[in-house]
Amino acid sequence: MTPDAATLAGPWLERAPLIARDWLVGWLPESLRWFASSLLAIAVLIGAFGLLFAYLTLAERKILGRIQNRPGPNRTGWAGLLQPFADGVKALTKEDVVPRAADKVLHTLAPVSLVALSLIGLAVIPFGRHLVAIELDAALLYFFAAGAATELSIFMAGWASRNKYSLLAAMRALAQLISYEVPLLLSVVPVVLLAGTLSTTEIVVAQGGWGFGFWPHWFALTPWGFSAFAVFMIAALAESNRSPFDLPEAESELIAGHLTEYSGFKYALFFMAEYFGMAALSAMAVTLFLGGWQAPAAFLEVIPSYAWFTFKLLGLLLGFIWIRATFPRLRIDQLTRLAWKFLVPIALINLGNAAFWSLSGSWTGFWLPLRWGISAALVVIPFLVLSRALYAGLGPRVYRYAPS
Amino acid sequence: MLGKGLLQGLAVTAKNLVGSFHDPARYTTQEYPEVKPTLPEAYRNFPFLVSESAEDPMGTLRCVACQICEKECPPQCIFIVMERDEKGKAMKRPKVFDIDTSVCMSCQICVEVCPFDAIKMDQVFEIATTDRFNALLLNREQLAKPNTYFQQIHPTEAAEVDARLAAERAAAEEKAKAAAAVKAAAIKAPPAPPPAKPSA
Amino acid sequence: MNLVFALLALFCLVTAVAAVVSRNLIHSALLFVLTWLGIAGCYLWTGAEFVAFSHALVYVGGISMVVLFAVLLTRPARADEVAALPPVPIERILGGLLAVFMVASVLGSAIVTSRFAAPAASAPVLTVRRLGELLAGPHVIALLLVGVILTTALLGALLIAAPGPGGRRPAPAAGADLEELPDATDRGTASESMRERGTR
Repeated sequence: MTPDAATLAGPWLERAPLIARDWLVGWLPESLRWFASSLLAIAVLIGAFGLLFAYLTLAERKILGRIQNRPGPNRTGWAGLLQPFADGVKALTKEDVVPRAADKVLHTLAPVSLVALSLIGLAVIPFGRHLVAIELDAALLYFFAAGAATELSIFMAGWASRNKYSLLAAMRALAQLISYEVPLLLSVVPVVLLAGTLSTTEIVVAQGGWGFGFWPHWFALTPWGFSAFAVFMIAALAESNRSPFDLPEAESELIAGHLTEYSGFKYALFFMAEYFGMAALSAMAVTLFLGGWQAPAAFLEVIPSYAWFTFKLLGLLLGFIWIRATFPRLRIDQLTRLAWKFLVPIALINLGNAAFWSLSGSWTGFWLPLRWGISAALVVIPFLVLSRALYAGLGPRVYRYAPS
Repeated sequence: MLGKGLLQGLAVTAKNLVGSFHDPARYTTQEYPEVKPTLPEAYRNFPFLVSESAEDPMGTLRCVACQICEKECPPQCIFIVMERDEKGKAMKRPKVFDIDTSVCMSCQICVEVCPFDAIKMDQVFEIATTDRFNALLLNREQLAKPNTYFQQIHPTEAAEVDARLAAERAAAEEKAKAAAAVKAAAIKAPPAPPPAKPSA
Repeated sequence: MNLVFALLALFCLVTAVAAVVSRNLIHSALLFVLTWLGIAGCYLWTGAEFVAFSHALVYVGGISMVVLFAVLLTRPARADEVAALPPVPIERILGGLLAVFMVASVLGSAIVTSRFAAPAASAPVLTVRRLGELLAGPHVIALLLVGVILTTALLGALLIAAPGPGGRRPAPAAGADLEELPDATDRGTASESMRERGTR
């Protein structure tokens, strides 16, 4: 359990969540305190991320609208702020249609298990200096194990519907998820290499400090870290079935893919799980690459650590929305090719790059720019070579117009 | 290079996002009903009857109940009854003038055939109603609108109609004045001797 | 603490038996997944965090996929999933019970009569760092051998699944009847419908 607020030093605002927790838990006898503290952590996580999910759907619709030269929803409540609740009421009151031949147990279990497994990944993310639900030694492995288990729920959804097209789409979704697990995990290995630990709290601490007083030591601000961050974000887009990798659930693809036979609240649960997965992966990206709750400069530490985490998380989520608004959808063969022929080799080369960075940790003075230069070259050259290879077999585009 | 097109695309969408807050070209939504749409002048919806003055709309209707529009209307949505006095003489005014707007197809043929410029096309579109049967059948009182309204909604057409009607009125006055002058002259001067009969 | 272990073991056993006994093949695959989760729970109970999570990652995240794909791609017909298997005759049940009894008695006697060291007061804590140092130090040969075996298996799978010369589909797989199922092998830019029209 994270330490008592009284034993910590630091500004009041920084310790405010812990002080609140101690006050609440102090009402109970000593023996129940750890249990109550865990329950409180669970309640806060579910509440906070539930609200985040609700307003993320609204933010997505409004930002997508503005990019498309129109306002988003702006009628429900002031500027549309009650829209998520209206959507919730709609989802709850819709009829829950279950096909007669469907496997009822699995049909209901699929969205429930998907939401549950997406949520349990949030337990190991350090949201602030001492704000992590569980401190595990192998926290990263726990997170990715939870994420891998969500793929089973998608299969269950596609199978239980007893619909040939749902099954087909579920298998395509599984192919996508499995293909992108590999670059996701491979891009995290360099971080583990350089932080020397699998524990998320220690990885954040390893990114502390500022070089020359102003350059943060976040991993994304190093060449290998930038490449790993980019690969992680692309793989995270694919793992959470987000555009441009939303082939499994797009409306023009096999109706709604594995979600065809779902209506009402179960459908809403699937989307909740997608947003939770997106938020969990973004939170993990912030932890691993963007320094977690670390402030970008020493004088900015007046703003509490959980606020910095929130800003970074919101920045990444807005980036997800921006990407959704911009790029067209990838076809299944295009996305598997991208995963296996581009991202996996880049991630593997990046592993070598990170090993070089780790071994050259003691270089100073003149050698320092050389270290950065070699590392940057190890990022740029494979990128150029592999991207050239991606275009192989695709000729230059020939436009043929009808004779006028 | 891979990614150049991606970054260009991201720049375009970012420009749209930022521009939608200050540039009207990047925010094309007109938030109806707070902002009414700007209708083109030739926009037409359902017909209305033109009356010369706003104070006495029923008395100054241009319509003489000739029933040409009723006969020419393709879906037959106009129903006219001429007003007759006690002796049965036609009074050149409609007693009943009903248009069923749920049938009217806005073809403007009634406007084209009216010899008296009495019926013109209106521009109201916010006439949705909860009474499906009676509220969409517009009668004479609901259809009569003053000429000033017509000048407001169709300025060029109204100007042309007004000019033509004024010219016709002026020509009619001229003719009446000339006929009156001839008559007056005929009364004043002695009758001319009858012309000599030719011997048979 | 023994209560926790008893519950975990009971959970593993119950789900394993249910998986074996279940009529529906997909249900038994998913029940096996629960068994593997129970085993991961047992690892957690002993304090081996790393092994527990990697067990979950590999089994639930990977091997379950393999099992499910294998089941789905080798089904003869889809219509009669549930009632596919005939009821087991009584002789087989008795034979199975006899085999279980014999194996249990042999293993049980070995476990009961062997002398285990007394358990330490607290479970030894093996941090991931120490585990990494052990794997990269004294046990590095085992690690490399496992890596070589896995790479060989992966290459073998790629060779088996790769299209033959001329781009035709490989030798017929195990009677897959789901002909409309597209394979995820890379075929350049051909879209799926083109692939289906072109082959078979």
